[in-house]
Amino acid sequence: MSLALPAPDMDRAITRISHEILERNSGSDSITLLGIPTRGAHLATRLAMKIEAIEGNPVQYGTLDITLHRDDLRMRPPRALMPTTIPTLGVENRNVILVDDVLFSGRTIRAALDALGEIGRPASVQLAVLIDRGHRQLPIRADYVGKNLPTSLAQIIKVQFTELDGLDAVTLEEGAL
Amino acid sequence: MRHLLSIADLSSTQAIQILDTAEELSRVSDGPMKKLPTLRGRTIVNLFAEDSTRTRISFEAAAKRLSADVINFSAKGSSVSKGESLKDTAQTLQAMGADAVIIRHSASGAAQRLADSQWMTGSVINAGDGTHEHPSQALLDAFTIRKNLVHGANDLTGIHVAIVGDIIHSRVARSNVLLLTKLGAHVTLVAPPTLLPTGVESWPVAISYDFDSVIENVDVVMMLRIQLERMSELFFPNAREYSHYFGLNRDRLKMMKPTAIVMHPGPMNRGLEITADSADSARSVILQQVTNGVTVRMAILYLLLAGSQELGVHL
Repeated sequence: MSLALPAPDMDRAITRISHEILERNSGSDSITLLGIPTRGAHLATRLAMKIEAIEGNPVQYGTLDITLHRDDLRMRPPRALMPTTIPTLGVENRNVILVDDVLFSGRTIRAALDALGEIGRPASVQLAVLIDRGHRQLPIRADYVGKNLPTSLAQIIKVQFTELDGLDAVTLEEGAL
Repeated sequence: MRHLLSIADLSSTQAIQILDTAEELSRVSDGPMKKLPTLRGRTIVNLFAEDSTRTRISFEAAAKRLSADVINFSAKGSSVSKGESLKDTAQTLQAMGADAVIIRHSASGAAQRLADSQWMTGSVINAGDGTHEHPSQALLDAFTIRKNLVHGANDLTGIHVAIVGDIIHSRVARSNVLLLTKLGAHVTLVAPPTLLPTGVESWPVAISYDFDSVIENVDVVMMLRIQLERMSELFFPNAREYSHYFGLNRDRLKMMKPTAIVMHPGPMNRGLEITADSADSARSVILQQVTNGVTVRMAILYLLLAGSQELGVHL
């Protein structure tokens, strides 16, 4: 097991993504951050806190559970549903930024786009991830990336947040394929 | 778990998982997403060999909100009325590719029979079998109680429920006794001795023949319908006497705890077991039960049908 992103670097990456989001959207007025549970939701909260600290205004943020829109439901045991909380201004005509911890096959994001389409019609949808590990199976890319981490399919990436795991870290483990 | 046949088959963890799933589904389907693609391409058959409005429509609405295809099959107007057996009906449904059958039948154990047979491979969901069980009703009742009265916990520990009325004919009562006690609630059955089944002493409940002594101590009053269609003999002298001793009326409503709620699985005999003003009072959560019924049934369908069955999954 190796440490791919220690806590201080993780914080720096989140700070940089916050600035990039603000730059691209000319501030925080038009944006809505939607984190994909579990860890994407925590990352969205971190980004929102950071952006609020930079801009001095509250940011619209919430969570979007995509379980019911997954295309691999039939291949696995039933999954527990996680909360979906859409902030007060909704998604209509907003610049929605989907937030997830790791971008891998892209199927989670496809499901998120479907789920989002059921809720409303955003002005634009952008994607922020902490780690992009490659191996895309769909034509999807991230707009904001904390760290590009080329991996083999056998490796396992673990993102940890203090709120859940007691520490901030991204680790890379060798696993059996 | 592939079937939902009886509350007795569920562990408390599984029951809580169904309630938690329903909680999330209600947040999604009452709010932003009305229709979900989750069960697209699955076929669900409503096989109702006994009359029902609420349960059948509720299952149908739940299945449709999850994008499943629903085929309604009622005994009246089908070959069942020509004497077709359950076996032939089941095999026909299997040949048509049903992924699940929701069955309501007047014979206790009909759902179990269908699940144990090799007649069909899909899931079987018991929507009421004779006087045996009605598991989805108990789950929606537990969900409604939890939503109204429990804050912070996920089970029903400390909640005191009175189930009042026609216990002997009631599959709703049987399923509720099993589920509510499994979730930690304290249950008191209130009925005249003639409307209590034999062997009730061995149930994990308290029994009372005096509604007035119970009503001021409970958090939930669950009224049951007097099932006139199942009564072949006389169980009480007359309707007025029954209402006087065991009906819910304005005076009894006043005796209830300030936070206590009134439930009824429907259909109601207004004026017999419950007066109209009690049924329509602010304490009544009867319509909430109907709304919650759809979400709880969505949760059941999701947990039974969305995942892989090949993996032999647990609910």
